Amino acid sequence: MEAIEYTTPKTIAEAVQAMASAGDRARALAGGTDLLVQLRGGRRSADLVVDVKDIPELNEVSYNPQSGLTIGAAAPCYQIYANADVAANYPGLVDSASLIGSIQIQGRASLGGNLCNSAPSADAIPPMIAMGGVANIAGPNGTRQVAVEDFCTGPGRNVLESGELLVSINIPAPAPNSGANYLRFIPRNEMDIAVAGVGSAVVLDSSGQNFVSARIALASVAPTPVFAREAGDSLAGKAVSDESIEEAARLAMEAAVPITDMRGTVRQRIHLVGVLTRRTLNNAIRRARGEE
Amino acid sequence: MPGLVHVSTTINGNPTDFLCEPRQSLLEVLRDVLGMTGTKEGCNDGNCGACTVVLDGRIVTSCLVLGVEAQGKEVSTIEGVASPEGLHPVQLAFLENAALQCGICTPGFIVASKALLDREPDADEGRIRHWLAGNLCRCTGYDKIVRAVLDAEDKMKA
Repeated sequence: MEAIEYTTPKTIAEAVQAMASAGDRARALAGGTDLLVQLRGGRRSADLVVDVKDIPELNEVSYNPQSGLTIGAAAPCYQIYANADVAANYPGLVDSASLIGSIQIQGRASLGGNLCNSAPSADAIPPMIAMGGVANIAGPNGTRQVAVEDFCTGPGRNVLESGELLVSINIPAPAPNSGANYLRFIPRNEMDIAVAGVGSAVVLDSSGQNFVSARIALASVAPTPVFAREAGDSLAGKAVSDESIEEAARLAMEAAVPITDMRGTVRQRIHLVGVLTRRTLNNAIRRARGEE
Repeated sequence: MPGLVHVSTTINGNPTDFLCEPRQSLLEVLRDVLGMTGTKEGCNDGNCGACTVVLDGRIVTSCLVLGVEAQGKEVSTIEGVASPEGLHPVQLAFLENAALQCGICTPGFIVASKALLDREPDADEGRIRHWLAGNLCRCTGYDKIVRAVLDAEDKMKA
């Protein structure tokens, strides 16, 4: 690895100042499970590494029944799945946090880092999109909010401007009779990158028999995570049935624009989007009905 | 050219100070600065788990931690697993079950296995295999390792 400077700001203001001082040559460090590999391999370079783990807001994992869940950008995966409020209210998020990398990686890697790394295959991003997550960003010109589905702009690229920092992600409080699920396909049991992944979130009516609304997002089938808006919208007001779910799966497949690479082909990935959309919708429906 | 940084940390219960460059990983610091070569370098990109250590109570791959990040933290390595009285039950079980061949992955497996049994003394085989998915072994085929961890679990409960 090339020589770097390292700093540990204690406040968001100090972190923004540090990030701005080095401009494009600064990188924020949370768990380091992507950044340190990239710096060592020469895929990214930096003069200044800003370790954000001493900033209280970036470590926060807090739930409020009105405002929802706030996930500090540096909170590691294990703090997501070990948190009783998250487990009770956001099992769709636990799906992702508990399958990213190994136990060792989950001890360091954060959902915020997963978002900022902006890989098309990121496992944490589809469920955050499906659940309506919003990214809270701080920068030299103040703070701003960006919907998670608008955050990534290309492989490894996102809306963060020079000097800006992801502070946290807010996930709205779950509506009554709602549920979410994330599944990915990998050829191994663990420790692999998604060939395709789907996150689905549904809100049902009080009978549990009709969709109020739904959101579906896809991984590994485009240059960025995909918000398959039409697929989710097609379910609004429909009865829960094989036909309505099949139509949503068809629209999700239409939203996928994958490439063929060493992990899978275009045809396989589009097929997987259909399968995983059906499965995640059915799992989300079961959770919405309180059946699991 | 950044200079050396003074880091104060605790390693295997001992207050430890060292100097390192910010770019150096905790793994490099352990091996090359502190001479603690029990922790092994395998892939150096977080896939193989050979460099597993415990950092503030969680297992991590020390190749993906900067040495400077150890400031004020507690680090436990393979060197801290045995006690003056003898080997840890996990170490004995690895020996008795022949759960190693070339041995490069073994320190990482032992640190990870001990961390699991400290936390979940009743972990079943499925849980053990899942927990150890981040540790790769190219010799044993894993069965002997899993049997050793189950054996250690029995002995630690006895």
